[in-house]
Amino acid sequence: MQIPWDIIIIQTVNGIVTGMILALVASGLTLIFGIMDVVNFAHGELFMLGAYMGVVTLAATGNFWLALLSATAIVALLGALLQVVTLRPLLGRDPLYTILATFGISLVLQNYALWQFGPVARKIQEPFSGQFTLFYLQYPWYRLLIALLSAAMIGGLYLFLKYGRFGVWIRATTQDRVMAQAMGIPVPWVHTGVFAMGAGMAAASGVLFGPLVGVNHTMGLDWVLKAFIVVVVGGMGNLVGSIAASIFISLLEAYASIWVSPSQAIIVSSIVLILTLLFRPTGLFVPTPK
Amino acid sequence: MILKRHAGVFWAGFAVVIALLLLAPLVLPEFWRRFLTEILIWGLLAMSSDILIGYTGMVSFGHSAFFGLGMYGAAAALLTVKPPNLWLAIVYGLAGSAAVALFVAYFSTRLRDIYFAITTLIFSQIFYVVIFTWTDVTGGENGLAFSRPRFGIPGLWTTPFTSTSLHWFVLAVVAGSYLVLRRITHSPFGMVLQSIRENEARTRAVGYPVERYKIVAVMLSGLFAGLAGVLYALQNRFAAPDFVYFVVSGEVVIFNVMGGIGTLVGPIVGAGFFLGLREGLSRLFPYLATTLHLPNLAEFPYLVPLGVVFIAMVIFMPQGLLGFAKRWLNR
Repeated sequence: MQIPWDIIIIQTVNGIVTGMILALVASGLTLIFGIMDVVNFAHGELFMLGAYMGVVTLAATGNFWLALLSATAIVALLGALLQVVTLRPLLGRDPLYTILATFGISLVLQNYALWQFGPVARKIQEPFSGQFTLFYLQYPWYRLLIALLSAAMIGGLYLFLKYGRFGVWIRATTQDRVMAQAMGIPVPWVHTGVFAMGAGMAAASGVLFGPLVGVNHTMGLDWVLKAFIVVVVGGMGNLVGSIAASIFISLLEAYASIWVSPSQAIIVSSIVLILTLLFRPTGLFVPTPK
Repeated sequence: MILKRHAGVFWAGFAVVIALLLLAPLVLPEFWRRFLTEILIWGLLAMSSDILIGYTGMVSFGHSAFFGLGMYGAAAALLTVKPPNLWLAIVYGLAGSAAVALFVAYFSTRLRDIYFAITTLIFSQIFYVVIFTWTDVTGGENGLAFSRPRFGIPGLWTTPFTSTSLHWFVLAVVAGSYLVLRRITHSPFGMVLQSIRENEARTRAVGYPVERYKIVAVMLSGLFAGLAGVLYALQNRFAAPDFVYFVVSGEVVIFNVMGGIGTLVGPIVGAGFFLGLREGLSRLFPYLATTLHLPNLAEFPYLVPLGVVFIAMVIFMPQGLLGFAKRWLNR
């Protein structure tokens, strides 16, 4: 069989673009898990709300970049509020209860969005419509810009965690919650801050991804599942691992969808997950534990 | 002596509840009769997952896969074998869910805690995608519709199901399953499961093959979930991919937590509470809209207050309704 090189290159570009978005979603999820032991089932709904906030502010102001910023800020605030109201009382309880609380949040947010915005998919207009020719395709520049922006945000997060004052607090709390508290770090607020950051990142990726697909109330479900796969494959709570895993998984799915339908491509990533769990349960992209 | 009295109280309570459920369809109108049957079926599903959540300490987010395969197994039997045979539907459904359960159990029991939950979730999603996209066999998004089989012994005596006799049939299956599961959880096997929940490392050190026990526990749980799926297929005469979606699994865990985990009866109570509340809320808002003259309220999503109630229960009532009632009675 002849290998269709042009299709493979197109799918590589596609895979990297979705991979960067997925990395943005998954790094918020893995940050929240790493620091709070919370598996955030509502993460996809925060993504979806971000996209809707983008739709609303874009309609009001007409400026995509303003919409991106305000949607991120609003959903980050909402995330902080949700964390204080529902997750803070559950601190120190079995992780099951935090899973259930976030599941409840996702139920509420999804149905609220259905009521508020209706079942018809909304569209976000891309900020510019330039295209370049990639073999037989007119490939939009916007998609490449998404990948670059996501990479910039993830890079910013990394630098923030490494050098920022709050970032150092976050890393300290991840390593040892009790000791961090003893050193005078306001651990409860670190938790709230991390949840807000994760929510904001999910919202930003929602707005960025909005122009590629329609915005509707169930768009978060696919993403949260994919992000779960990525987070486990990359090693739970490991930021670099989950970014690598996002790109790896997205590339695999992109290649798989040359031969099967895109909805079946998720089976490929599930198989990767199973193999990972069988042979390397600590995650693919982490150093071998000693 | 005390133990004996305790058993007496238990059987008396059991008899009263069964008697009430037996009589209920005779007095209830058709809609509520079906509603009660459905609560029993969802209760059986929730009870099956309690084996894992409450007794073994493994939270499964993939019970929709077992439930769905039970459903599609029953559909396969009812659509391919003429005339449709009730017992064959049960056998097919159980075989389907057992095969899936073996597959899931083999891989997922190597993991603990959240990893187990996520793995079961992803597995159920694989089955969802397969069922959703394999349109030729499963009917895809539309699912499969079939007619209800007749009750009885084929060749000797049969009678068609009415909604009342179907309710009794479901009640018999659920009550039987409850007794079996209760016996299992009180058996030495069930004790080992509970010791895995309490301290897995020590259970292993004592010499029990923990992995094997976990695999059996998942399979047992999957079988009863499949049985619930068969009953649901009989009740509604269709199988649809929506029931394999992971949101159903989440609801099953909600039933457990609402009712009280590790009690077997609790999940049934939780299912009744959740479904009853949902039904009530879905009627409340249109009612309020007409009485208060606020037409906007009629469309209000009733799942929002339901989710809020659930979150509040997770925070303030982690032992569930049954645990809360027990504590309140002992005070």
